[in-house]
Amino acid sequence: MKYTEEHEWLRVEDDLVVVGITQHAAEQLGDIVFVELPDEGKTVSKDDEVVVIESVKAASDILAPLDGEIVEVNEALPDNPGLVNDDPLGEAWFFKMKIEDMSALDEFMDEAAYKTFIG
Amino acid sequence: MTELRRTALYDLHVELGAKMVPFAGYDMPVQYALGVMKEHLHCRAQAGLFDVSHMGQVVLRPRSGEGADAARALEALVPVDLLGLKPGRQRYAMFTDAAGGILDDLMVTNRCDDLFLVVNAACKAADLAHLRAHLSDTCEVEEITDRCLLALQGPAAEAVLEALAPGVAAMRFMDAATIDSDYGPLWVSRSGYTGEDGYEVSVPEGQAVAFARALLAHAAVEPIGLGARDSLRLEAGLCLYGHDIDTTTSPVEANLRWAIQKARRSGGDRAGGFPGADRILAELDNGPDRLRVGLRPGTRAPMREGTALFATEDAEAPVGAVTSGAFGPTVGAPVSMGYVPVDLAREGRTLWGEVRGKRLPVEVAALPFAPHGYKR
Repeated sequence: MKYTEEHEWLRVEDDLVVVGITQHAAEQLGDIVFVELPDEGKTVSKDDEVVVIESVKAASDILAPLDGEIVEVNEALPDNPGLVNDDPLGEAWFFKMKIEDMSALDEFMDEAAYKTFIG
Repeated sequence: MTELRRTALYDLHVELGAKMVPFAGYDMPVQYALGVMKEHLHCRAQAGLFDVSHMGQVVLRPRSGEGADAARALEALVPVDLLGLKPGRQRYAMFTDAAGGILDDLMVTNRCDDLFLVVNAACKAADLAHLRAHLSDTCEVEEITDRCLLALQGPAAEAVLEALAPGVAAMRFMDAATIDSDYGPLWVSRSGYTGEDGYEVSVPEGQAVAFARALLAHAAVEPIGLGARDSLRLEAGLCLYGHDIDTTTSPVEANLRWAIQKARRSGGDRAGGFPGADRILAELDNGPDRLRVGLRPGTRAPMREGTALFATEDAEAPVGAVTSGAFGPTVGAPVSMGYVPVDLAREGRTLWGEVRGKRLPVEVAALPFAPHGYKR
């Protein structure tokens, strides 16, 4: 598992990168009440705003961690946004991406580095 | 930046795991360990305890000793019938300005010999100055600084408070009484800001923590932060000053005409005689140009404060804006309030709100969104 400074986690699964938000991010956001996902098949660039999530407090974006194509989105989330609070590292993944070069993942933090990052 | 003030319950909030945020100059709990959603639902299902000690408590004491003289004096600042307010009863009111806008909204209790006022934290300094500037000839205006204000709200509030303050169960909605207790004399009203049955209790500051702990000792009671307080009042259709009402909105536009009794309207015994009466009476007689309405977004996307509202999906100019909006945990969907022209204010009318550049449908809806649980 890799982590971004935007508090996303990235997991490789069958040649795809699965993206979600960390437990820390879910706790900071509070109860999630709305999730808007991108269209499957969409080509995205690193730092594009691809997902909108709203908590009871405010709206925020999830950015594409890398250039690539969104190949699958988690259809369960729009109807059940609370899943993001209940299981952020598991069932509440947001999307799966196809990327050119898996070695691009190396630039991200590992778990120990992320733990240091969030203090 | 000036130092944030703390209520007497500050240490208790921290002990209870509250996340503290600045609010109206105070360091206040926005949520506790449960989180906003569960706190909201708990309050509707059982009972929630709120620290609202940041709000202003004011006693208006008539120099003549005649309670009616305080009521008569205050009527010069609010469009509300206070001479008709019976002893032991409370009423909602608003200070208006010369243009008919709202300076603040408040609760007024007739305590026989004086009036007890509760005003918004952010407005209390201005309200005190306003009261002193206009009423000092007839009344002594005393800010109560040695009492905390707690609210216990929800269906279990009656049973919980009755055990500590015997007699409160017999009160009806908007009754007020002073009740002797182990925590000193409690100034209790059966009212609140959640739409639920419940009480607001002014307790001597030195007893406030012990009183709060005694309430929290009940399994039915959870502490509730400002986050859930906001979603509870929004579902109840209640205005938040500085958002849904302010100096740019009149009481009639704000759909608060129910708070202006017959005696103060055209043809009433004491018609007018408050700041902005010309405009407010004209709006009562002829209708306002716009109205505060309930709004139900047509998708799960919340329409928050500031969301522009349009008459059609492709209209160029907005017709109004959302003044409060959030996810309503009890409703299970987003809910908003906002101002729209009267010809678009009919329930069921579809409007369009612009969210992140997209026009999304939103329907004008009846208020409150969640039924009130008041014991009338």
